Amino acid sequence: MKQFTSILVFTLMCLYSCAQQQPSEISAETPTKINYVTEVVVPDLNIPWGMEFLPDGSMLVTEKTGTLIHFKDGKKNTIEGLPEVYVRGQGGLMDIKLHPDYENNGWIYFSYGSAEGDGDGGNTAIIRAKLNGSTLSDIEHLYKGVPNTKKGQHWGSRIEFDKEGYLYFSIGDRGNRDVNPQDITRDGGKIYRLNDDGSVPEDNPFVGNADAKSAIFSYGHRNPQGMVMHPKTGKIWVNEHGPKGGDEINIVKKGNNYGWPVISYGINYSGTKFTEITEKEGMEQPLFYWVPSIAPSGIAIVYSDNYPDWQGSVLVGSLKFQYLERLVVKDNKVTKREKLFEGLGRFRNIKQAPDGYLYAGVEGVGIVKIVPDSF
Amino acid sequence: MKIFLLIVFSGLTIFGAVTITQQDSLQESITRGQEIYTDFCINCHMANGEGVEKTYPPLAKSDYLQNNREASIRAIKYGQRGEITVNGKAYNGNMTPMGLDDKEVADVMNFINNSWGNSNTKIVTEEEVAAVKKQ
Repeated sequence: MKQFTSILVFTLMCLYSCAQQQPSEISAETPTKINYVTEVVVPDLNIPWGMEFLPDGSMLVTEKTGTLIHFKDGKKNTIEGLPEVYVRGQGGLMDIKLHPDYENNGWIYFSYGSAEGDGDGGNTAIIRAKLNGSTLSDIEHLYKGVPNTKKGQHWGSRIEFDKEGYLYFSIGDRGNRDVNPQDITRDGGKIYRLNDDGSVPEDNPFVGNADAKSAIFSYGHRNPQGMVMHPKTGKIWVNEHGPKGGDEINIVKKGNNYGWPVISYGINYSGTKFTEITEKEGMEQPLFYWVPSIAPSGIAIVYSDNYPDWQGSVLVGSLKFQYLERLVVKDNKVTKREKLFEGLGRFRNIKQAPDGYLYAGVEGVGIVKIVPDSF
Repeated sequence: MKIFLLIVFSGLTIFGAVTITQQDSLQESITRGQEIYTDFCINCHMANGEGVEKTYPPLAKSDYLQNNREASIRAIKYGQRGEITVNGKAYNGNMTPMGLDDKEVADVMNFINNSWGNSNTKIVTEEEVAAVKKQ
């Protein structure tokens, strides 16, 4: 009888809960002790979306509202000369990335919301420029997503280089879920690959397909806001936001389709389903998915000797739960998840800097450096 | 006397017409506001305005929203930073300006003011939003 009751209760639960979701295979734990602490190095920032470290030890920080900050000798200076930034919803001034050979050529890459071109609204644009004192010069426009739209969502934005010097960046689905991500003739829901000067590499997967956007490297993405080259394998890792559940980590490969929104571990914010399936032939499974969502932004892979406890770990910022997540990955399987620095704030960005230290951009707090706890 | 009645009657008619127009435009504004909400707000404040515990304050049955009309408009228009207390719980978050124009701010205010058990028939107008300045 007892058994019957439990079965009955279980069945009813299944019937009444709308759109059952399969939770993440590994759940996040709070570690009993962390041997590292955070210290604020650049205080009082609103949304520090991107950051870069210049050879002289100073730092460039992008504020989403459109300000480019040069932090040098403990002081913030505003750098002028950016094109007009279209701030709307989740978009604005977004990522920044130095050319791998910055010391010799001085190129700095930016992603931002741009209203240029036809139609109301805006879309994600990529430029490169040089820093000349407190002004940007030599601006070159490399890519602009179309069409413009007044939608507030999913601008992507992250920029990364691989070992061969190719430039990768993301544009999210721009709030047009059912149209953009699966269509290679349209922008949005894509990872792009360009040469460093903005030209399209001849061996890009859709070169030769007359209708396709030849800059596309992979598609079927929702909103990738973290991107890093794995320091050992040289592969490009991204994390992307799902809706309610279904955030993902993917290793992007040429021409692959990552499935959004045909397959997903997520459901609508309202709790209803938009797809019944989580896998399909011809579409890639994520390396890892989060249910419930943590709202991942920024990704770093630790390889510095300063963090022996975290060697090889993947770090991901959580906007939603205001912690830094550490994932232990073995043979492309996540085996452990930890919540670090819980409650510090919305982690927008995480990077390992050339000085071997980890830096995180935390909303409303600033840039924090992660250092060994001296006790 | 006849003239008096006529005046009263026309007065009532005009009054009634104005009220109906206002209700109509409130309803239309709420409908537009729902779309704005789905685009700009839902990922943090969630589908039923319930927010996220300790992180994003609820909008549904929020005493803050009810009692701080101007501050709520200002928060949507210019962003919100620093501690606020909502239904007895403190939130110290950081909401950035969404880049909405005054009409869109009015629409989304009317939507959240009249959803999930909230009710506020005093329409927020574009002009009211325009008059709210940054602090």
